[in-house]
Amino acid sequence: MMTAPGSGRPGLYYPKMPSTWWLRHPAYFRFMMREVSSVFIAIFLVVFLVQVHQLSRGPDAYAAFLEMLRSPGWIAFHVVALAFALYHSVTWFNLTAVVQVVRVGERQVPPRLVAAATFGLWTVLSLGILLWFLLRS
Amino acid sequence: MSEETITLEVTRYRPGHDREPRTQSFTVPYRKDWVVLDALNHIKDRVDGTLSYRWSCRMGVCGSCGMMVNGVPKLTCAAFLRDHRPGPIRVEPLANFPVVRDLVIDLDDFMEKLRRVKPWIIRKVEKPLAEGEYLQTPAQLEAYKQFSMCINCMLCYAACPVSGLSPAFLGPAAIALAYRYNLDSRDEGYHLRQSIITEAVGVWECTFVGECTAVCPKGVDPAAAIQRSKVAGAKDWFLSVLLPRGGR
Repeated sequence: MMTAPGSGRPGLYYPKMPSTWWLRHPAYFRFMMREVSSVFIAIFLVVFLVQVHQLSRGPDAYAAFLEMLRSPGWIAFHVVALAFALYHSVTWFNLTAVVQVVRVGERQVPPRLVAAATFGLWTVLSLGILLWFLLRS
Repeated sequence: MSEETITLEVTRYRPGHDREPRTQSFTVPYRKDWVVLDALNHIKDRVDGTLSYRWSCRMGVCGSCGMMVNGVPKLTCAAFLRDHRPGPIRVEPLANFPVVRDLVIDLDDFMEKLRRVKPWIIRKVEKPLAEGEYLQTPAQLEAYKQFSMCINCMLCYAACPVSGLSPAFLGPAAIALAYRYNLDSRDEGYHLRQSIITEAVGVWECTFVGECTAVCPKGVDPAAAIQRSKVAGAKDWFLSVLLPRGGR
């Protein structure tokens, strides 16, 4: 009797998952982008830490670092990183609503309402920080 | 006027003869009220009696007729031809499972995983029959009811890339079922079950793709069950470290 490729019981066919599985379905692609977003956020954080370090080295070093960040390549990176950070945040808040069960008395608050609350809080805090920066300068 | 038809591209695999599955096209009459399963039954009755697939109730309850319809796991008794016009419609065995023959997949591994999570009510000491049934309030029922609607159709395994990439993964339905019993007010097997689903091949394999929930024909949310079990597992671990006797 012929054995199907792959391992396991003879006669059974064991399908193999191609490495391009995440291109098969829009939902898989969105998942992969969510995972990839963390790479961009990690790179941004490293850049930010370097920036803080340059600040500690004095005004000249900091100014030179800022000048470097003004290059088209770094601006492009930050635009892409911002887009990924926003996407990551949106998916995070949506998933939080699924994971965190909020109860009022014996009733569970609908996940959509939990998501709306987290999005609301996120918007208010972001606007607050933006206003604080604008009013300071 | 000639009769309207639609083409089905069906996966065929004959164990012992074929090295790998191949595709065979069948043209069947198009009927507005036909589902993919009706088309398969038509092929088996009128065209090729050797076509093999599972089905039973034809009403979305038995969970036997799950297949990939145009690449998406579906109950074929609920997948209307009219939603896939003009075709062709690709019908394949459920993804991420070994194929026995044609559209029939092997369930042994899934059944073993289901058994492993102990999907029954566990009591430390059984109450004597004379003391009557275990009572439950409507709110206590509501807490787990959604997760008890699973019909073991395995669509969630076919939708889960983690199940495809690491076949040892306990998988969405088994974990959702474990979670269902963990939430049951009559149950006392939480720690026993939790220790099984928080093993390396359990909840921590899940990367929260969320497609298990998206394809579930019964509105169960296995993705939520898995993530909540992760939270519970993490909480248990912290308590076991911080509290004497593991906080039990």
